[in-house]
Amino acid sequence: MAILDRRLMLIAAGATLASGPALAGMGQPSPWQMGFQEAGSPIMEQITAFHTYVNVIIVLIALFVLGLLVYVMVRFNEKRNPEPSRTTHNTMLEVVWTVIPVLILVAIAIPSFRLLFAQYDFPKADLTVTATGSQWFWTYEYPDQGISFASIMVQDADLKPGQPRLLTADHNLVVPVNKNVIVQLKSNDVIHDFAVPSFGVKLDAVPGRLQKTWFRAEKTGIFYGQCSELCGRNHAFMPIAVQVVTEDEFNDWVAKQKASASLDATGKVAAAH
Amino acid sequence: MAAPSAHVEAAHDEHPYGWRRWLFSTNHKDIGTMYLIFAMIAGIIGGLLSMAMRAELMEPGMQFFGNPEVFNVFVTGHGLIMVFFMVMPSTMGGFGNWMVPLMIGAPDMAFPRMNNISFWLIVAAFCLLITSLFMPGAPGANGAGSGWTVYAPLSTKGIPGPAMDFAILSLHVAGASSILGAINFITTIFNMRAPGMTLHKMPLFVWSVLVTAFLLLLSLPVLAGALTMLITDRNFGTAFFDSAHGGDPLLWQHLFWFFGHPEVYILIVPGFGIVSQIVSTFSRKPIFGYLGMAYAMVAIGVIGFVVWAHHMYAAGISVNTQAYFVFATMVIAVPTGIKIFSWIATMWGGSLSFKTPMLWAIGFIFLFTVGGVTGVVLSNAGVDRSFHDTYYVVAHFHYTMSIGAVFSIFGAWYYWFPKMWGYMYNETLGKLHFWLMFIGANLTFFPQHFLGLAGMPRRYADYPDAFAGWNYVSSIGSYIGFAGLLVFLFGIYYAFSRKIHAPANPWGAGATTLEWQVPSPAPFHTYETLPRIK
Repeated sequence: MAILDRRLMLIAAGATLASGPALAGMGQPSPWQMGFQEAGSPIMEQITAFHTYVNVIIVLIALFVLGLLVYVMVRFNEKRNPEPSRTTHNTMLEVVWTVIPVLILVAIAIPSFRLLFAQYDFPKADLTVTATGSQWFWTYEYPDQGISFASIMVQDADLKPGQPRLLTADHNLVVPVNKNVIVQLKSNDVIHDFAVPSFGVKLDAVPGRLQKTWFRAEKTGIFYGQCSELCGRNHAFMPIAVQVVTEDEFNDWVAKQKASASLDATGKVAAAH
Repeated sequence: MAAPSAHVEAAHDEHPYGWRRWLFSTNHKDIGTMYLIFAMIAGIIGGLLSMAMRAELMEPGMQFFGNPEVFNVFVTGHGLIMVFFMVMPSTMGGFGNWMVPLMIGAPDMAFPRMNNISFWLIVAAFCLLITSLFMPGAPGANGAGSGWTVYAPLSTKGIPGPAMDFAILSLHVAGASSILGAINFITTIFNMRAPGMTLHKMPLFVWSVLVTAFLLLLSLPVLAGALTMLITDRNFGTAFFDSAHGGDPLLWQHLFWFFGHPEVYILIVPGFGIVSQIVSTFSRKPIFGYLGMAYAMVAIGVIGFVVWAHHMYAAGISVNTQAYFVFATMVIAVPTGIKIFSWIATMWGGSLSFKTPMLWAIGFIFLFTVGGVTGVVLSNAGVDRSFHDTYYVVAHFHYTMSIGAVFSIFGAWYYWFPKMWGYMYNETLGKLHFWLMFIGANLTFFPQHFLGLAGMPRRYADYPDAFAGWNYVSSIGSYIGFAGLLVFLFGIYYAFSRKIHAPANPWGAGATTLEWQVPSPAPFHTYETLPRIK
């Protein structure tokens, strides 16, 4: 039965081939998804638009090559064309198939560079957080707010209904919506990688370096990512969960964190939530 | 497996028999045969590792691997075996050794004894790698789970056990083997061409081997240096890649990819040569734009050395560095396009017969195009931000390597099968092999584009449940591909048991290169009198 179900799902997936990205979820992947996750930041919107553009070009090129191959196979097989020609040169043709690809590449390169430089056009920071990768969890610090906590994956047995497996962390990285968040990256041991697909963010956390990237979340909700540089045994089990909240909620959260931190200082049990 | 049959040998000079013939061999054909058998064994082991991984990934959750680190060890083993012990030994060691002297009219390779040591070094290297699988690696697991990229500090502090040292030494020895082989090919091709065989008359397969040999010669010493630094970092207290003591983990990545990117062309350029021979033969037409084809390979080789950091867009290199590597990487698409269009133009106006080798070659052309255009997407640092280290990359490099390089190897296998072994293979089995592999490989790797787009990171032993669907399809595809491999092995058994003798040239007027002038199977010694090329 399970196999039959899967077959039905396959057919359903085939039917939605044309509208691939329509299946994309918010902040996390969805079953049979064929495109990017829904963009949650202006940079990801640009990445998505650029990818759609390039994807159209490459699909056309691949279909063109396929069409030529099918044509030569049908038209020039030994039954229809028993006497082969001896043509081995056509300077004009060779110039054309050199120059046209160059022009296509230029047409790709111009928006590509625009996207690349936009990603590195760091805005003024509204909030700075530091994410430190360790084997195998993340630690988040808010240097200006004096908050710091570890974020560890929730084991399968402890998941609450609706929480996605392998993506849910015990403590989320909480950030305000529509604010520029600068993420500084550090590592305690090996190279890890801080990636959140719906924000278009991916950067290695390299030991001995302080690297930075940024995002501006435009929607509230929880946005998931996963470590994206092989870091050993539990590489697949150190998710990144970013909770985007309104500014008021964020301020409340900060106040609560500070309160529990001061409790912590007086010897009470720490509770980051 | 049976050796070239005895009745032909009897007509020729005395040569050693039994184990001496193989262990001490200085004969390019015997060494080529040994390389091919070696590559088959390694390919089966590497393929079984991938079957285990696809079985684990067929459904979410951990089913077969108790320890995810063991999964990482399988990922690493699969990558290293397929790159260093399957593709390179079959294209360069196997077909290169067998066919380059035959195609340029040389009696043997320039340095026959060095050829012997090249082969036995790769066997030693493979033994080291297999041993590494059973040595302690990361705490609590056997084997090196560093990935084939061996990134520091995972490969230094992250995997303290001797498994990592064994893997590093294995690469060292494999590199030495390849450097010796490269010197041999370059010397042979430059100095031992038959009278009249100018560089511009050489078959394109010989051109491809020449370009590849230069890539090997220039890139592998860099890997050797980097590996030595890694060994001293691990064992002798140096800190080349340790930022706490003045080193830099990114130094490893630069050195590795300065080797690693030419390496991927080392894997595929011989395939370009093979496909050119096959397409020309079965179109009964000379190759279209021969000089363009030859120099496109040279251009790909040269540019291949200046694009390495496109593997490092997410490593934190500066935006201007990224911009340069975007530009340089895109340029490679131009000579690659010239090759694709020239193959099609070779077929245009030809008289095509769809024998098994031709199916592999045509399959190669289209699917390499698919892998090539996704490469153009990935060259853009801006969009690679989303794709880096996801399954999109896995799909891309398997379309170029698993489908590209492997399809060219199987094409060459069927193309030169009559010449090497003296028997005809069975067309039906060959075609069944092709279709199983073609369907299997596409079903395995095409859905991985979707997984990458959706954000599934690579080298994961387990994944969020949303990725289950396409992973299931991918695993089914890989089983179909593996069934193709079984048909391939049965096809060998079948051909060697049926013993249908092949003529010197089974392919007709399209096969114009020199190897089709000598009998099938090619006798132990060829060209005792040098041929003259007009």
